[in-house]
Formats: sequence, C-alpha cells, structure tokens
Amino acid sequence: MSVPRHWRESVKRYRLIGSKCKACGKVHYPERTVCPLCKSRELEPFQFKGNGKIYSYTIIWAPPEGYEYCKPYAAALVELEEGEIVTTQLTDCDLEKIEIGMPVEIVLRKLFAYGESGIIVYGYKFRPVLPIL
Amino acid sequence: MEEVAIIGIGCTPVGEPWHKSLRNMAVESTWAAMEDAAIDQVDALIVGNMSSGNFNDQESLGSLIADYAGLGNISAFKVEGACGSGGAAFNAGVMAVASGMHDTVCVTGVEKMTDVVGDNATKILANAADREYESIHGISFVGLNAMIMRRYMYDYNVKKEDLCAFPVNSHKNAVHNKYAMFRQEIKMDAVLNSPMVADPMTLMECAPICDGAASAIITTKERAREYTDTPVIVKGSSLKVDTIGVHDRKTVTSMKATVTAANDAYKQSGLSPSDIQTVELHDAFSIMGAIGLEDLGFAERGKGARFAAEGQIGIGGKLPCCTFGGLKARGHPVGATGLYQIIELSKNLRGEGVVDAECGLAQNIGGTGSTVSVTILGRG
Repeated sequence: MSVPRHWRESVKRYRLIGSKCKACGKVHYPERTVCPLCKSRELEPFQFKGNGKIYSYTIIWAPPEGYEYCKPYAAALVELEEGEIVTTQLTDCDLEKIEIGMPVEIVLRKLFAYGESGIIVYGYKFRPVLPIL
Repeated sequence: MEEVAIIGIGCTPVGEPWHKSLRNMAVESTWAAMEDAAIDQVDALIVGNMSSGNFNDQESLGSLIADYAGLGNISAFKVEGACGSGGAAFNAGVMAVASGMHDTVCVTGVEKMTDVVGDNATKILANAADREYESIHGISFVGLNAMIMRRYMYDYNVKKEDLCAFPVNSHKNAVHNKYAMFRQEIKMDAVLNSPMVADPMTLMECAPICDGAASAIITTKERAREYTDTPVIVKGSSLKVDTIGVHDRKTVTSMKATVTAANDAYKQSGLSPSDIQTVELHDAFSIMGAIGLEDLGFAERGKGARFAAEGQIGIGGKLPCCTFGGLKARGHPVGATGLYQIIELSKNLRGEGVVDAECGLAQNIGGTGSTVSVTILGRG
C-alpha cells in the first residue's frame, strides 16, 4: 500500500479537522470541498474539539482482515458537540458498560498495520470521558 | 418512452460451487434466460457486479461474459452499486430499452465471492462503505448495520425477538426453492443463540457469503408478445443514492434512498403501497427487513418488525415477502441479488411461483442504504 494514501489524510485523522462552509456556516466531518447544504465551494478547515456522546455502538466479534489483533472491540457513531456524527472505534473502555448517550473524548491510537514491516496507520479513537480525580 | 417487459429469466443455484468460475456462472444464467425467451442473441448485455476486481482479480466483465456467452461484439458493460449492483444494472437495462437505444437487452447479475477466504471477504464487503472514514476503523459491514439496529431498537423500543421474524420467514420460504442455498426452516431460538458477529447482530440474522448468477431478458412491451404469452411488465424502475457514510444521515433508522426511489417507482406506475401484493425485501440483515417495510410504505415507523412478527410477511399473510427465501436463505451473492429478486417476482407474476399476484415490488440496497433501487413489476 502506498504511503501517500494515508499521509494525505493523516492531519484530518490525527486532529479531527473537517471543514466549515463560509457561506452557510455548516460544519462537516469528514472534510468536504462542496457544502452539501448550500452547494458553496468556499470552505475552510474546521477543528472539531473531539468531545461527544455515543449515538449508537456495536461490538465487533468478526473483524475484517487486518483488525483481528484487537478483537473483540467496540465501534461507535459518536455525536460531536458541534453536531456532526463520526464513525470510530472506542478504546480504553469496559465493553459491558457502553451505552447510548455516554460522554466520550478523542484519543490518538494505532488503527492497523500493513503486515510486520509495512506502514502503521494511526488515527482517532474515542474513550469514555475520565472522571476528574 | 417505450414500456418495458421481461420475456426471459434464468439463474444458477446459489451456494459454494467450487467447480464453477465467475464466467461459468454468468454464461449459465445468461443462456438460461435466453432459452426461456427462446432467443439466441441480444443487442446488449449489462452486467451487475460489485467487486470482481477484488474477489476474482477480474475486471472487463462486459467483454468477458459477452465473449464466453458467444454473443460477439455487442454493447456490453458492468454496472456497480455495491450490494445493489444487480438492481442498478436492471435499472440501466430498462433505460436502454425504454429510450429506444436497444431492442433486446440481457441483464446479468453475478458474484463469485468464495474465491477469497474468510476475513478477506469481510474486508471486501466493507468497501461498500466509506473506506477512508468508516471501514478504516475496522468496522465490518455487519458492524455498520449493527449500529443501525441498536439505534432502531433504542428509538422504537423494539425487541430483537421481533426482528428474528425476518430470517425465520426467509428460511421457511427457501424450502421450496431448488435454487436456494439454505433449504431448511429455522426457529427463533436458533437465531437468538447463533454466534455474535457484531453486537447485537447474530450470525443467523445475516445473509451468507456465496456465489450465484441471475439474468433477465427485457424488450419493449409491444415486442414482448412475439416472444411469450406471459410477459412481465416493468411498471416502475427507480434508483436513488444517499450519503456514502451512515454518519452523514439525519436519521439512521430510515433509508432516504429507499423512500425516494419507492416514491418515484410508485409515481411511474400509478400505484400505491396498497396495490402491491408481494415484496422481495433486501433482507441482508434482519434490521434491513424492518426498515425496508417502513420506508416502502407498508408499515408505520418503528412497526416493521412487529408487522413481520405478527406473521403478515408469510406466504398466505397480508404481504408475502422474500417468497423464495430472500437474501438470508436463498443467499446473497451481492451483485447478483437484485436479479434474483427480479426473476423471483417474475415467477410469481407468471403464475409459476408460490404467490398468486398481479403486482409486486423488489427493493435492492447497496451499502448501508447509499444506493437503492426499487422495481415494480406487473402481470402483462
């Protein structure tokens, strides 16, 4: 697999950078070049905070090729504070205690690797918001 | 616009035929349909297929299948819309005939999925979603549907037991279908106790990975009577798309592409849901059956599973669904499925099926509802 394919997405995946429509103000994640709401092509980068709550989730027991190493793992649709929903894995959590509405926050994690000597792809995952001690 | 009719249908048995290749199966179903129409040539071949490049390292399917079917240098190409490729190819075929571009068209759906093994097939199927922003997170296609299912159960307070009515019904209907992959009945307990694939979705709520090919020959309604006494009329054919990602939908418990394609097909046909007597639902997952019934206008929001659990989708029920076993039990060779649905509806309308119907509907979904075609067929 070529490096540029993942390199070109890396900043967006590491820092949750999407886009904001300069015409109507709508924010998007993933980034878009045309606003689906008003068709404007005047968009700017938009940094999402990375806080949200679980809209729905699943626990994957039969993973696609390349993800066997972390089975079973949780995946979720997370509704961000800014309103957009992102698809993500959940991490650092008790699989038995996940529920819809649970507050979560972004963390940077390894997603998968192309074999033992291939590139390692990193990206966001979300974890339950830790209580402040 | 010319009215379009189906004059020939054919398919291969669905399963894991290790001795048959992609081209073997596509040629077999193409000729079965041409024999049914009593013809030995068509003007164009349109192929529905999701992922031959990944499953079989083979592209150029228009050429490959036309060549090996002995059809010569006709017009031939492939149409792709993930698991909805078959329905998309049929829609393209209808456009080709209705426009007057071609007189007689063969639409063949084919998928040979078992040339790869296990989790590689799971990865290829996940290509139906957004690879860079959904599948990259290790979320299988079942996983995406499981998240839709959990939200549906949460929003409408639906029990998993009610959703089990879809696989139970499909298995019951597959028993009489000699082309079906699983010809045995199952009970609700078997579905509930089957292994977890993506919580809350268990194995027996999911359609199998398998191989198959199915074909339909279409021509103008006017010409159809020259070939057959039992033409099936295409009353409506529509395909719509929605966002590629589930995360970009206003709601995940309804598929906008189904709603809009159905409205379009109803409008073309001048019919409404109450005129439809049988439905081939895209029951790749139990949840898709429930949402499909609601989006097509047969059940109220949140009541699709109850509608099925009350026995209304059985043969003899108010609205027989998946009458030859659906995706769950007939099998779901992805790019071929839309064509299996068309030929099963046609059998019922020709009086060769299991339901006596004047009018039926087929819904074929690609991705998580990102491409949906709706076809309404009627007795000629």
